[in-house]
Amino acid sequence: MSAKVIQAIYNDDDLVLQAVKQIREENYYVSEVFSPFPIHGLDKAMGLAPTRLAITSFLYGLTGLTVAITMMNFMMIQDWPQNIGGKPSFSFFDNMPTFIPIMFELTVFFAAHLMVITFYMRSKIWPFKKAENPDPRTTDDHFCVEIEVANHSEEALVKFIKDTGASEVKLID
Amino acid sequence: MYKQSGKVKLISIILIVLGALGIGYGFITAPSTIDEAKEILAAEHGGHGEDHSATANEDHHTAEINSAGHVKHVEKSEAHGEEVHSESHEDEHLEHVLHQLQTKPWSATFVAGFFFLMIALGVLVFYAIQFVAQVGWSPVLFRVMEGITAYILPGSIIVVLIVLFAGEHFYPWQNHELVAGDKILQGKSGYLNFPFFVIRAIVYLLIWNTYRFFAVKNSRDQDDSVAIKPYRKNFKFSVIFLLFFMITESTMAWDWFMSMTPHWYSTLFAWYIFATMIVSALTVIAITTIILKKLGHLPFVNNSHLHDVAKFMFGFSIFWTYLWFSQFMLIWYANIPEEVTYFTLRMEEYNLLFFGMVVINFVFPILILMNSDFKRIPWFVVIAGCFILVGHYIDVYLLVMPSTVGSHWSFGITEFAAILFFLGLFLLVVGFGLGKAPLKIKNNPFLKESENYHY
Repeated sequence: MSAKVIQAIYNDDDLVLQAVKQIREENYYVSEVFSPFPIHGLDKAMGLAPTRLAITSFLYGLTGLTVAITMMNFMMIQDWPQNIGGKPSFSFFDNMPTFIPIMFELTVFFAAHLMVITFYMRSKIWPFKKAENPDPRTTDDHFCVEIEVANHSEEALVKFIKDTGASEVKLID
Repeated sequence: MYKQSGKVKLISIILIVLGALGIGYGFITAPSTIDEAKEILAAEHGGHGEDHSATANEDHHTAEINSAGHVKHVEKSEAHGEEVHSESHEDEHLEHVLHQLQTKPWSATFVAGFFFLMIALGVLVFYAIQFVAQVGWSPVLFRVMEGITAYILPGSIIVVLIVLFAGEHFYPWQNHELVAGDKILQGKSGYLNFPFFVIRAIVYLLIWNTYRFFAVKNSRDQDDSVAIKPYRKNFKFSVIFLLFFMITESTMAWDWFMSMTPHWYSTLFAWYIFATMIVSALTVIAITTIILKKLGHLPFVNNSHLHDVAKFMFGFSIFWTYLWFSQFMLIWYANIPEEVTYFTLRMEEYNLLFFGMVVINFVFPILILMNSDFKRIPWFVVIAGCFILVGHYIDVYLLVMPSTVGSHWSFGITEFAAILFFLGLFLLVVGFGLGKAPLKIKNNPFLKESENYHY
């Protein structure tokens, strides 16, 4: 049983922002908005929760730092502490300045790459993924707002959406 | 219009008086003869017993090779030969200690004086950058910045006077006897000679104060003028000033700090001092803004502006750490004797301060100011700011003290009084500067954007 949705097409990003606000004020549920580019303030208008991607990135960075420290402590200090050019390999701190460039790079590497992969996984993007946009024009110059019909009256909803400035309104089962 | 309250004025005057008394005390109690220096040394080592004095002596010698005045000492003792060595050595050691002890009040005053000058100067540079970059968020803070830069005039005059009158206390290359026996210093005497040194100091003074004078004048003119001419003038002045500032800042760093250890040099040094300068300046802008907003003088400043300043504090703290580490690591890695002395001295005699400073200036800001929400909370920014300011005071302390007083450093009445003195002066002058014009500029082309700024 698929829920009924209404797809409203808009021509202008300001209109979309305005419409989303109006629709939510009337207590209809906006399930998705398709836009060719980011619209500033749309996430707030839709009431989306802020992203936690930055927090994951921080944790990945700490992971990278730990990997770097453990790796170099094992290789340079524990496993085979050679005298290389007179650098003091007696303890990790004695030789720390040499390790810092690597510690820094690995921190950045882990933070960046793992965060990107997290982003792909959370937004379900991968190669050969089937595109999901309902109307090819939404990648060019049109905007599409999907509203769930749920138990509201279809006619009243369609009329309301038209009034918000939609150029086309489609009902999809 | 902001008006400095009588209470703050009174407090700053009390601070100035107390500070001046303390500095005076420092100069009076500085030893003038070798015997007095001996007593002070004895008192310093008193609690440690006999055993320590031997090892301490040993330590001093390794350390002394690095510190400035000692070049003379090494040269002479080589000339003396073995038989007279031990007794003349003791005398020269004491003479050397005496010199360092006499330098202490000078250094304490200079550290605090430069610390506050550097804040005002950094604000001036940041102000110029805002014009050159045609920044849209900061015009609401222009008057705050102008107010802080009011300190440049008295601050720079005092610092230049200290630098010029400190003479051999700070700059061993001003000692003719020493230069006569030192090939390296002779090689540098084309740049490091007293007349040229004075001329340079005066040039810096003129360039910094002239720009500040005209920038503020144009900014006030813009208030009364609908035409955009004063703004355009300020744009041009700022471009030229930034160019000249980068040059004078580099040479200033060589003149006033690097030449304290005239055998040592580092290419990155001037930038490193600039980083210190700009971080402290941004911190003071943030703290001043927060205080003025709390008092209700800046209703047009919102937390997005604060967020931006805090981002700069965060970013430049990391920039400072980057430069500090680049300088340290390159020298540590190559370990060339003539370069590494600078850090050997700091690591041996100032270990805790030296590394503690890095923690305060890097780890605290990075942890406190990383979160975007925290950067909008005034008391969070103030806490981070206090750490940064203390950290960068230590930074300046470590630029000066090891080079001038070597191992005989302490943080006592003189150092503390110098901070109080300049803090009082800073508060007084900045409060006066802030009260000179309305805290909201008018007719700036970016003002509207700045008022509606939202991040």
